[in-house]
Amino acid sequence: MATLKELSSIPEMLAPGHRLCAGCGAPIVVRQVLRGAKAPVVVGNATGCLEVSTTIYPYTSWRTPWLHTAFENAAASLSGVEAAYKSLKRQGKIKEDIKFVAFGGDGGTYDIGFQSLSGAMERGHNMVYVCYDNGAYMNTGIQRSSATPRGADTTTTPVGKMMPGKRGQRKDLTKIMAAHDIPYVAQVSPAHWNDLYQKAEKAFAVDGPAFINALAPCPRGWRYDPKDTIELCRLAVDTCFWPLYEIVDGRVRITYKPREKKPVTEFLKVQGRFRHLFQPGNEGLLEEIQKDVDRKWEELLALEAMHEAVAQKA
Amino acid sequence: MKDAGPKLLQGNEACVEGAIAAGLKFFAGYPITPSTEIAELCALRLPKVGGKFLQMEDEIASMAAVCGASLAGLKSMTATSGPGFSLKQENIGFAVEAEIPCVIVNVQRVGPSTGMPTSPAQGDVLQARWGTHGDHEMVVLCPSSVLEAYTLTVEAFNISETLRTPVILLMDEVVGHLREKVVLPSPQELVVKDRELPAGAKEAYKPYAADQGRIKGVPPLARFGDGYKFHVTGLTHGEDGFPTNSPKVGEKQIVRIWEKIHSRRKELSRVEMLYPEDAEVFVYAYGSTARSAKRAVKEARAQGIRACLIRAMTLWPFIEDVLSDVKKKHPKAVIVPEMNLGQMVRPVKRVIGDACPVIPLNKVAGQLIEPEEILAAIKEAV
Repeated sequence: MATLKELSSIPEMLAPGHRLCAGCGAPIVVRQVLRGAKAPVVVGNATGCLEVSTTIYPYTSWRTPWLHTAFENAAASLSGVEAAYKSLKRQGKIKEDIKFVAFGGDGGTYDIGFQSLSGAMERGHNMVYVCYDNGAYMNTGIQRSSATPRGADTTTTPVGKMMPGKRGQRKDLTKIMAAHDIPYVAQVSPAHWNDLYQKAEKAFAVDGPAFINALAPCPRGWRYDPKDTIELCRLAVDTCFWPLYEIVDGRVRITYKPREKKPVTEFLKVQGRFRHLFQPGNEGLLEEIQKDVDRKWEELLALEAMHEAVAQKA
Repeated sequence: MKDAGPKLLQGNEACVEGAIAAGLKFFAGYPITPSTEIAELCALRLPKVGGKFLQMEDEIASMAAVCGASLAGLKSMTATSGPGFSLKQENIGFAVEAEIPCVIVNVQRVGPSTGMPTSPAQGDVLQARWGTHGDHEMVVLCPSSVLEAYTLTVEAFNISETLRTPVILLMDEVVGHLREKVVLPSPQELVVKDRELPAGAKEAYKPYAADQGRIKGVPPLARFGDGYKFHVTGLTHGEDGFPTNSPKVGEKQIVRIWEKIHSRRKELSRVEMLYPEDAEVFVYAYGSTARSAKRAVKEARAQGIRACLIRAMTLWPFIEDVLSDVKKKHPKAVIVPEMNLGQMVRPVKRVIGDACPVIPLNKVAGQLIEPEEILAAIKEAV
């Protein structure tokens, strides 16, 4: 456990002055993750709000080498950088240890960048991939992604007579990345800063690929008061909408269990994108959303117990 | 849109309205500036007309879904910009090869790569022609106004459906985001064409045989599920749709899908000529640049210079006949302003040859070409 004082003494790698919106979750995630690197770090960045708003000409917020390629290939481009580094190191042309981290939003990670992410993880590059998940394409104006939660209003799942917001489930990317059998996978939320920091440290420390899925609220897309970002992060965890857990070498460990599991409506009702769910006629959908959350949470608890049992046997 | 009369519409909105008027029932897309409004409006409008909107996981999937939906019998469209247009190219080639009618909208922004997402460019005019690999013809239409974003979208569908081929509607950021007052044609005025369905015995249907339908060189297209034996592949194939390694069969197929467009290049050519009669200086322009060119040509006329605007709405097949006629008029110069480093100036130069100077006027990085700049070039040329 690091204290806040210790954490604040680690040099800041993302400088202030960037143009991300007030209350944006993305830069909080980036600053907290980079504190865990403990070494010079090379950053790859997929197209998205983070990339656009931290590098407005002639400025940059990045106190690191930084590579922006296209929307779909942060992990693939960084694969090339990391492989070249390994070669240079073998040749003795680079002596020091360097870490590699890619940041992408949910569009650039769950959707268009999924193939390149999967490839990089499977090949086993020594890199950390961090998804800042705000649950829609915010950079182009709030279109649904496969991370968009069920029932959310976006510009391509507009709420109306034909549709109650997004119909389908969100993709459980954290589990999909765990299915790659990589050394480290974790889910984090900026409200639990120490949990996030420790997971970042572990992700950078493992030899091989690591994936972190970070909740990153978006005041514009979720439609809430920017001052409530951290509160929303906390509610997401306390309702078990966004459980905090890690998967180390295939073994699930839940890192935070809320003392009292709050109803998911606590998380939904403060967001404008779910406002219609609280109007008459949508009670059924709300119930289903709660059931989904309950089922996934129970599954996670069972998975943790099962992995524990398997470990005991071994 | 139900009510008649003047409306204030954005180019991207007009494109969607045109598509729906032409019978669009399926849209698959992926958000990308400056085309996103097209997807957003399709998400709102299509369910209301019994159509289907899909947001896909990327542009590759969007183009593939459009191919699938069209084969199933729906008029289909996708919209994108620079990087997304690059990603779609393989499946555009598939649509060419498998002869799948569909419309691809590219609202051009500055490239290469991510470029300048919110700034206009005309840098994709050669990519639209040659972006996918292999020998093929391509129909590419280019609107200059909001009204034309509507009418040319209808045209794009009509051409696509009758010739069983993908058609590209090449807008630019200015036309896509421009808001203008428009009076849309009434449904009675609108000509809407549908693909030809097979009529004969189901067992005799050959999805790639030229002589089966009314339109020369274009086989009727059965819908998936209507009981026709229908093999679709991106491999070079015979009349039954099955792959072939025979050079004879392969050549026949490749030449036919090229010829069905190439032989119709005159009827596909949409051009507006302003003051062609006695002109001595010509300006070839398209898209938003043609708006500046029109103003420049009018100014030149007011100053006694005999200028003419050739405004191309069909970029490809290239309007060779129009340029050949211009060449015969012994022009002093042909000026080609474009928001790129000189792309359409090349085919213009190829036709005009040494008959007169062909003068490129280029701007990149999101800057519009102003009427004064074109006027200055006209004055210098006479």
